[in-house]
Amino acid sequence: MRRVISVIVLNEHGVLSRISGLFAGRGYNIDTLTVAPIPETNLSRLSIVTVGDEKVLEQIVKQLHKLIPTYKVIETGEFVEKEMALVKIPLSENLGGLDAILKAYNGIVANTNENFIVVMVADDTIRVKNFLKAIKKYNPIDIVCGGSVLMDM
Amino acid sequence: MKAISGSQMISEALHKEGVEIVFGYPGGAALNIYDETYKQKYFKHILVRHEQAAVHAADGYARASGKVGVAFVTSGPGFTNAVTGLATAYSDSIPIVLISGQVASSLIGTDAFQEIDAVGISRPCVKHNYLVNSIEELPRILKEAFYIARSGRPGPVHVDIPKDITAAIGDFDYPQEIKMLTYKPTYKGNAKQIKKAAEAISVAKRPLLYLGGGVIASNASELVRKFAKKTGIPAIETLMGLGVLAHDDENLLAMAGMHGSYAANMALSETDLLIALGARFDDRITGKLSEFARYAKIIHVDIDPSSISKIVNAHFPIVGDLNFVLEELIEKVEVNPENIKDWKDILSRYDKLNPLAYSDSDEILKPQWVIEETAKIAGDDTIISTDVGQHQMWAAQFYPFSRPRQLITSGGLGTMGYGLPAAIGSKCADPKKTVINFTGDGSILMNIQELMTAAENDIAVINIILNNNFLGMVRQWQTFFYEKRYSSTDLSVQPDFVKIVEGFGGVGFVCKTKDEFRKALKEAIKLGKVAMLDVRVDRFEDVLPMVPAGAAIYNMILKSKE
Repeated sequence: MRRVISVIVLNEHGVLSRISGLFAGRGYNIDTLTVAPIPETNLSRLSIVTVGDEKVLEQIVKQLHKLIPTYKVIETGEFVEKEMALVKIPLSENLGGLDAILKAYNGIVANTNENFIVVMVADDTIRVKNFLKAIKKYNPIDIVCGGSVLMDM
Repeated sequence: MKAISGSQMISEALHKEGVEIVFGYPGGAALNIYDETYKQKYFKHILVRHEQAAVHAADGYARASGKVGVAFVTSGPGFTNAVTGLATAYSDSIPIVLISGQVASSLIGTDAFQEIDAVGISRPCVKHNYLVNSIEELPRILKEAFYIARSGRPGPVHVDIPKDITAAIGDFDYPQEIKMLTYKPTYKGNAKQIKKAAEAISVAKRPLLYLGGGVIASNASELVRKFAKKTGIPAIETLMGLGVLAHDDENLLAMAGMHGSYAANMALSETDLLIALGARFDDRITGKLSEFARYAKIIHVDIDPSSISKIVNAHFPIVGDLNFVLEELIEKVEVNPENIKDWKDILSRYDKLNPLAYSDSDEILKPQWVIEETAKIAGDDTIISTDVGQHQMWAAQFYPFSRPRQLITSGGLGTMGYGLPAAIGSKCADPKKTVINFTGDGSILMNIQELMTAAENDIAVINIILNNNFLGMVRQWQTFFYEKRYSSTDLSVQPDFVKIVEGFGGVGFVCKTKDEFRKALKEAIKLGKVAMLDVRVDRFEDVLPMVPAGAAIYNMILKSKE
């Protein structure tokens, strides 16, 4: 089962490794993990996407609560979840139709030089996946995906 | 506010925390700390002979005294040697503060001499850890370390301090109070849940008290005794809970679990309401989970929310300190003795059907006899530590524990080599008490160098080796489950334990008969020196009952394999 968890922690040395250690210690993989400081606080917010059975995930959530630097664990309720991707496409490709695809996925051209064009999308996880399928025909030479960023409603 | 060095801050903080004794081993990165230790008058430092023993001794001290145990080690191998001690204390929720020296801040991450990522290594086996980054944060970190170690569910805390920070000068502003945004243990249980639990207890026909190490850790044994007396509910104890109720308490059915008594395990299997107090449903207790307490609703009281419903689902989860919860429960609960009379009769029949017993012999010493005889000779005012193996289980089964903190043993991690250093720590905690370490001929060799620590400091601990020329517990498993293929468990080639202990400055005895044992133990107690009794016991005696790993707890092996 796919689960998304938001964890708010003290922004201090080693805290990320405490959290990833909880998953690793139980043999669970983290699909995506994003982390950034919360402005004007000494806290950071982590957005974690993982897959696992309910019982183990319940235990992981409890263990996250138990960590001394953990301020809050948000794991139930409604989340806004957005993911981003950067895609590098050679300018030598026929780029006809790229504009329409970008428009459909709220994408933009992030940068370009004499050889490549880099496009960017930020959208729901499933839509980013669809975008990556659609863009395959331009033979992208590099794709970088960011992890999910979550906000509870 | 006085500007002092980081090392002085450590001494001052220890003084403010009431630390009277520190166990440790010096080294390059800890030199500043040790120089200050030499100069200060606040606490005594006991030099151990291996860092693992420093942490086990601090752990034994903590278990026997109820205070926080403290150990110092140096960086690199000094620290890595200490890890087993941390993991042992973490498994059993024992409050310890370990201070390790680290290479200078400028050298961290350069593979410097004796550098290791200590906080990276200790992270999974401590309650919390710190790498100190500046002299300014040192006082706060030391205060937090002691607070975290002893509050909530206790546990070891590791503070790693780079050498330059132990030398740096700063203001020593030791916090009076703890203000932590993120760490706030819950002490008071939910009143509604407690009320529901009390109602469930009042109507249960087959209730059972399940007492774990958390009762001892929270000093709630007196309240548990009051609760048991008021309700008359039968009780079982885990290994870590031994001594919560006195061995002769009429409600007590002895230890449960893999080597628990027949009556205790049957009680677990047939109860309709299991009242778990400070116990965490270890697999050595539950056996096959789907068969565990299969007819029971479960009340689980624990200060650690993550313990509740971790292994078995609790119908009445109560997060809180046992002292608060029990006070309320005692007030609210009413049990009609008629309600549970049949249940008590059944359990009493189970107890008579298969009591904990062994067949004694005058030809060869039986380990169980040695344990019972030790209790008779040493009296009740004794602390017992153990190593890990058959001797540990026999001690748990046959020693008549009468109070909490009387048994000092590695339950969760099962650490061989724990017994002697833990005995040293226990004796330091309570020098007037006789301290006896039951050990095996395998276990004792894992930290035997600590005889020197004991001899040097006149710490009169008595080691009783139940010597069966085997790694006995592994041999027992090989007998039952591996067709007697005794792979690497035969210890027929033995050292001369008497010469060893004499070489360290203690006294030794070989005991092959009952008379020799009685005489030797009395002599060892009288001499008041570190002592070792090499007691030659029956090689093939098994610890029984035994529940095979993964089997239902009621499927006990009751007889040895011919």
